[in-house]
Amino acid sequence: MSAETILEVRDLNVRIAGRRGVVRAVDGVSFDVPRGGALGLVGESGSGKSMTLRAILGVLPAEAQVTSGQVLLDGVDLVQLRGSDLNRLRGPKMAMIFQEPMSALNPVMRVGWQIAEGPQVHLGLSRARAAERALELMRRVGIPDPERRFRAYPHEFSGGMRQRVMIAIALSCDPEIILCDEPTTALDVTIQDQILRLLTRLCRESGVSLVFVTHDLPVVAQVCRDVAVMYGGQLVERGEVRAVLLDPRHPYTLGLVRSAPDFEYVRESLVPIPGSPPSLVSPPSGCRFHPRCAFAEDDCRTSETPLRPLPGGRSTACLHYERVLEAVEADRARP
Amino acid sequence: MSAIEVPSVPQGPEPASEPVLVIRAEGRAASRWYRQPALMAGIVILAVVVGLALAAPLITSYDPIAQNLNETLLGPSAHHLLGTDQLGRDTFTRLLYGLRLDLRIGFIAVLLPFVLGTVLGSLAGYFGGGVDTTIMRLVDIVVAFPFYVLIIALVFVLGPGERSIYLAITVVGWVAYARIIRGEILVAKRQDYVTAARSGGLSNVRIMRRHLLPNVISQAYIYGMSDIVQVILAIVTLGFFGLGIPPPTADLGSMINDGQNFLSTHWQLATIPGLVVVLVGLGLSLVGDGLADLLRPGQ
Repeated sequence: MSAETILEVRDLNVRIAGRRGVVRAVDGVSFDVPRGGALGLVGESGSGKSMTLRAILGVLPAEAQVTSGQVLLDGVDLVQLRGSDLNRLRGPKMAMIFQEPMSALNPVMRVGWQIAEGPQVHLGLSRARAAERALELMRRVGIPDPERRFRAYPHEFSGGMRQRVMIAIALSCDPEIILCDEPTTALDVTIQDQILRLLTRLCRESGVSLVFVTHDLPVVAQVCRDVAVMYGGQLVERGEVRAVLLDPRHPYTLGLVRSAPDFEYVRESLVPIPGSPPSLVSPPSGCRFHPRCAFAEDDCRTSETPLRPLPGGRSTACLHYERVLEAVEADRARP
Repeated sequence: MSAIEVPSVPQGPEPASEPVLVIRAEGRAASRWYRQPALMAGIVILAVVVGLALAAPLITSYDPIAQNLNETLLGPSAHHLLGTDQLGRDTFTRLLYGLRLDLRIGFIAVLLPFVLGTVLGSLAGYFGGGVDTTIMRLVDIVVAFPFYVLIIALVFVLGPGERSIYLAITVVGWVAYARIIRGEILVAKRQDYVTAARSGGLSNVRIMRRHLLPNVISQAYIYGMSDIVQVILAIVTLGFFGLGIPPPTADLGSMINDGQNFLSTHWQLATIPGLVVVLVGLGLSLVGDGLADLLRPGQ
């Protein structure tokens, strides 16, 4: 792998032992994140986005495990690491920001000490030095009056302030990559915008890479340069964010874009994707999207559909992406 | 297709942040505690009882174990507030010193199982698997015996004395704390803040000590408040059976047992220590229930 790549995920498989069988939550996912870059991971609920993130960090729930594949962080395979070796990387090398800042903060620990904990453990700072660092971080993420707020508990903060605390914790050990699991979904839109701007600014300033999981397409467009679309535990399309969202090459991406509300041009109606997401216990044969796909043909039911490269540095899993192209053009032609 | 609008990556500083909402919850519990009459009554009872016990050497000038065979079985008088026992010892003095000893043993004896049970329960709940199975089978073994039978049997084997009491009560008492803490940890360890702590590269010990225990320990406190009553009753019971602190040291249990023989002629010898035990139990229960209400989450 090149020196320009910070994170490389190779053929990652995550299985969850469920009551009705083994759930193939992540199925052969591969992607890489350039140093200083930002990759968006989009898809609907249950498409395996969060599981992919948790597998990278090694914080899968007890029932889930990585069955095969590699997660190379700076060339080190995290899947093979155990216990304390992994703990040395979590914090100083990579950090995670969670969806619900209320539940991801310890309710009975003072906010300042939660920020100071990482530097104490990983950077070997004394309590006093770590507290100073926490105060500085609180200032950087725009928490007013940090000296007073240091001793507050999470429930005394508003939602946006809590998420700023999460960002401060993630940045506390100068990581090289931050994994975000829908960090703005629980916030209202005005706060969401502030948090996104803060996050992108801080990451740009300190050259931190981002993996940004969300189901919110405009958010991806605001934060990321590249996007990967997940469906049923697999990647179905990947490329530069503008190209993918404006000019999709996979019927699922097209469906996502068509079903997203748009305030710039008042669309006649939102077009939902028919059907529901596939069961990951017994996924459909061939292309997993074919039961819901308007363009499906016979070979979609039988052929495996790995990502195939297209011109322009992008790739798609669709066997008949030309038909998606036609549909996009037909959409554009309409007034 | 009117595709979604792709905004450009924002430039410049983000706009002024939202107003900070602060809900001050501090002091809510503090401003409420004195409004609970039961808790107040318990605190008053305990304050009087503990105060008497602590101040025993100041209140009475008699030696609790000094015998005076010329003054046996006297009735209450100005010299001997509650009279004397069959060996001429001042009953009031023995009552205060007995209370002092039993309270001290009680408070220590409730701490040891609390600590052991909390540690073992945390390990079982956090690690699960073999650790959990081993610890919980030990719990099952202890639970299979009735509380008093096991304590009495253990003290009988170990021989009377303070150390045996601590050991017996710890061996029997830790299981309740272990069960409570294990159950709480099983729930708490699935919370996001634990995943967040793990993804911050913290060690298991640190996660348990700094993140899990502070969130679950109040349940053990609540149980401990009611457990201390049971422990003090157990100590008195052991003394009553002659398995407690060896004579001549004053202890409420042995005083009740000694006084039994004179119940028809000198009823106060057995009855007053018995009433004191009831009073201590009542005070502790009232305080325990009251504090439990305050500590219970979501109140």
